[in-house]
Amino acid sequence: MSLGATATERVVLFPEGDPLRLASGRTLAPVEVAFQTYGTLSPQADNAVFVCHALTGDAHAAGTTPDGRVGWWDNLIGPGKPVDTDRFFVISPNLLGGCQGTTGPASTDPATGRPYGLDFPLIQMTDFVTVHRSLMHHLGVRRLAAAVGGSLGGMQVVQWMAETPEEVANAVVVAASSRLSAQNIAFTAVAREAIMRDPDFADGRYLESDRRPDIGLMIARMMAHITYLSDQALTDKFDRRLQHGATPALGFDVDFQVESYLRHQGESFLDRFDALSYLYLTRVMDYYDPFADPAAVGRIAEAGTQALVVSFDSDWRFSTAHSRRIVRTLEHGRVPVSFREISSPAGHDSFLLTPPGYHETVRAFLDRAYDERGARAA
Amino acid sequence: MRPDLDVVAGLVPTGSRVLDLGCGDGELLDHLFHESGCTGTGVEIEDRAVVRAIRRGVPVIELDVDTELSELADDSYDVVVLSRTLQALRRPADVLAEIRRIGRRCVVSVPNFGLWKHRASLVVRGRMPVSRELPYPWFETPNIHLSTLPDLEELFAARDWTVETRLLLDERGRRLANERLANLRAGAAVYLLSR
Repeated sequence: MSLGATATERVVLFPEGDPLRLASGRTLAPVEVAFQTYGTLSPQADNAVFVCHALTGDAHAAGTTPDGRVGWWDNLIGPGKPVDTDRFFVISPNLLGGCQGTTGPASTDPATGRPYGLDFPLIQMTDFVTVHRSLMHHLGVRRLAAAVGGSLGGMQVVQWMAETPEEVANAVVVAASSRLSAQNIAFTAVAREAIMRDPDFADGRYLESDRRPDIGLMIARMMAHITYLSDQALTDKFDRRLQHGATPALGFDVDFQVESYLRHQGESFLDRFDALSYLYLTRVMDYYDPFADPAAVGRIAEAGTQALVVSFDSDWRFSTAHSRRIVRTLEHGRVPVSFREISSPAGHDSFLLTPPGYHETVRAFLDRAYDERGARAA
Repeated sequence: MRPDLDVVAGLVPTGSRVLDLGCGDGELLDHLFHESGCTGTGVEIEDRAVVRAIRRGVPVIELDVDTELSELADDSYDVVVLSRTLQALRRPADVLAEIRRIGRRCVVSVPNFGLWKHRASLVVRGRMPVSRELPYPWFETPNIHLSTLPDLEELFAARDWTVETRLLLDERGRRLANERLANLRAGAAVYLLSR
């Protein structure tokens, strides 16, 4: 069953009189947040599940828009699904710095009346969580039955439980990392170079012209997309097949099917994503290191938060080693944590798919979370 | 609960932090959490068992007991349980050494190849034994490292484990009344080891 039509709401959580205080010390206002909710909040407000999206996601996690677009995590969230909207009240926002309704670098700077561009402050994972918490409180929720996220979404969940674990009874962290590797940073570095060296980037002022750093953003997306898939997945999908017939065109134009696919991925990305958001959000990931605070794990254990960590064996963007680091840190800190490495040929993107065992595991964890909702660890 | 798990549970002190290697669907840990105030973690790789354990609220980490115990920290558990698992490991001696690093105590339950029926099967019939304790034909048994009780105790000693308690079980998993002719009469044994 699907949710049917879902709609995005907006709320100004930090007006100019009460700005968002960022971890860097800077302030930001107004901060508006686009979000969707599914299901009904219980009278005790103890059935809320907060969904954090990945790098290029948005508030539309489940259900269908009037023009027929299906939410990015519709296979997981809905009536009778693992995140069961018949029981849970689900909150799904676009994150700070994004470009799908929530305030970000493309928003208007009230000080100048122009888009922020590179004047938008650098943000950190903790700032995402500050805004998430504000939205949660706005919706009348003090404590989540669960926070759920994949990839960058999972990183937000880890940040949240590291900061205020008493608000997160259960954490579902899928295909995520607690600290990027040099290789991960290398990939985001190339993506940013591609964007910032595009002449149309214009030092981040492109929104005031009719030009966009499309080439740069497209290259960034094409490269990132390769890292989301496994070698096996690309082989299964395209192998070395050519676009037209069996004879290679022998030129520099798109000839192999995989080239055409990547170009399409890059081009269609331009319609829905802003290059500045791409810079800001990838940079957040590079600096992320929630367990650098040695007290974090102790706080989580103290609060009684339970965690489920899931990785996929063909994911090389955030390989199982990344998930294992999270598990090791939590387990050594005596936080109740379950971990599974799910077998799936689809690479990092597996977290959006349904390889055998994955949703069954999330369902089992959340069913138990639902049974225990409202109960606080002793 | 399985009778042998009952015996294992009886050897785990109240309030212990317990690591159950090969925890199945988490039955033992669930029992220890609720009846003995224990905390802890299970390790399991069988898909459906892991899901069932998670559903009942037992934290389970998927690890290969033979090769991946290095994920677990030194001295991080009071008791490590190895229930009907040792004989199925590829490197039981190495695993015993790893367990000694992770926990102060270990509860091990094992089938006894020295049981008179097993011996009779070999000596009289000339066939590999198939019994309640060892129910698989030789070509598909997961029990690849069978031992008798003296064999096992020799290994414990070689790995610097001290046997604190040894409980003998009959073929149905019930306690034997006495220690007489243990290696002939016991279908299985449960040991509490300390380092």
